[in-house]
Amino acid sequence: MDFSVNIAGLALKNPIMTASGTFGFGLEFSRFGDLKILGGIIVKGTSLKPREGNPMERIAETPCGMLNAVGIQNPGAKDFVEKKLPLLPWKDTPVIVNLYAASPEEFAELAAYMAAQEGIAALEVNISCPNVQHGGVAFGHDPAQAAQVTEAVKKNAGDKPVMVKLSPNVTDIAEIARAVQGAGADMLSAINTLRAMAVDIRTRKPELSNIIGGLSGPAIKPVALRCVYEIARAVDIPVVGVGGIASVRDILEFILVGAHAVQIGTANFMRPDFAFKAAQALPGLVEELGITSWDDFRGSLRV
Amino acid sequence: MFANQCLDVKVVELKALGPDGDASKFFELCLEYPGWKQWSAGQFVMLRPQGPGFEPLWARAFSICRVDERGLWVFFQVMGRGTRKMSELTPGDIITLWGPLGNWFYVRPDTPTLILAGGLGLAPFVGYVLAHPKPENLRLVFGHTAPLDCYPYAELAGRVASEAFFDQGPSDLQAFIALIQDRVREFSKDGLVLACGPPRFLRTVRTFALKEGAEAQLSLENRMACGVGACLGCVVKDDKGNFVQVCFRGPVFRADEVNLD
Repeated sequence: MDFSVNIAGLALKNPIMTASGTFGFGLEFSRFGDLKILGGIIVKGTSLKPREGNPMERIAETPCGMLNAVGIQNPGAKDFVEKKLPLLPWKDTPVIVNLYAASPEEFAELAAYMAAQEGIAALEVNISCPNVQHGGVAFGHDPAQAAQVTEAVKKNAGDKPVMVKLSPNVTDIAEIARAVQGAGADMLSAINTLRAMAVDIRTRKPELSNIIGGLSGPAIKPVALRCVYEIARAVDIPVVGVGGIASVRDILEFILVGAHAVQIGTANFMRPDFAFKAAQALPGLVEELGITSWDDFRGSLRV
Repeated sequence: MFANQCLDVKVVELKALGPDGDASKFFELCLEYPGWKQWSAGQFVMLRPQGPGFEPLWARAFSICRVDERGLWVFFQVMGRGTRKMSELTPGDIITLWGPLGNWFYVRPDTPTLILAGGLGLAPFVGYVLAHPKPENLRLVFGHTAPLDCYPYAELAGRVASEAFFDQGPSDLQAFIALIQDRVREFSKDGLVLACGPPRFLRTVRTFALKEGAEAQLSLENRMACGVGACLGCVVKDDKGNFVQVCFRGPVFRADEVNLD
């Protein structure tokens, strides 16, 4: 079968991408596999100016998951474009940059700069990071603000597709999805991390300096599946599923509930060759299940 | 063919150290050699025992202790659920390994080199001493809180001038700190100081190294998820005030290029 997918003009050789914040700038993983066999590479959240991020401790291990409150530490847009992007195999594998900004105006400026880069295939808008004091998360929680940011990015993105990453920390994720679609988003990704915390009863301190962080890993997969299912029923634009994928089977679960593609996140930490191995193993399971095309299988959940 | 540096290897042997035998919390674990062309003392590996479920989720970071004809050895103490799971491994079990990761200690054969190790921090110096072309130029000071035979100390003491300091409580601390300062001073003129151990120990070594003008390298350990520079969980401030990853820019840092305060 043909494993490629085309989402909003973004051509992927298979539906497997890497999730922002879990795959560095891609190059960190090039000693564990061939970046060219991935469907797409979504790089670390990048802001206009460099960001220091939060103080230590920034991560904590939890049952079947982990918390992080890194706070979008990144070297800034210019550093990424000039020093890292040229080293990525962007001609063979689409590189998608994850944008982080604190206002619609800043999102617009960042989107314009990134969209002008030949090596960047699409933009993912982070309106849902739970780990920064001011910014992303507020946009992601309010349909009107989510739409405002989406519009600001879309207006400046030229012909580059815009994917908006949604927060699960809302009452009705379908409502946000519809608002973002209405504002011109070409596709959606869901979900970002769930707001969560961990504490130590001996030191009586939180595990993270930020007190609250974002939960990721297999623990959140059922939540992510539910969100993707609800979003896919609510909108017409493609949905990219992300949240706790830790096997090839998980990838197919997301496609079954309506996702066009997926992002591998925390599993990249469980073994750095995970995404590569998944790309190699996917055809075997697809064949075993008798799936003949993505269009037939996608959203074919029997309810 | 692509050389993937993440491999599933077999456990060759798990050896309990110390007087408690099976009740020990200290282990040397030997793994099937992953076929690396080279590695250097100070580098580390990420290890994640395989098994059903996702507990624990992350791999754990370990200094490469030594490589011999049997395989790759790491040294660990049971501290939490990750190391507890590792202490239950048996020969033939499969463990996921990636490495060698990070940078390494300077090897300057003709330079008098002081090795300061605290507890588990002895691990990288086993390989360092075994590979050093002129062990007569090495001196080891080892601070420990468990009985000496819990650590792979004897094989080092047989090769290089060594002294062990048994820290049995708060009253010993000042004497140990004074010993560190004396030794660092002795190697400050034209020597090299290498240290690995708990955070407070490294802060002390760094303070004395800077005060005495000694050239020093410190091997740090921070909580990390990936070991390859991506999770940004293990950062430390460098001398310019920027957060840098311990796994990728370290784990070995020059004392004057890292801020531990």
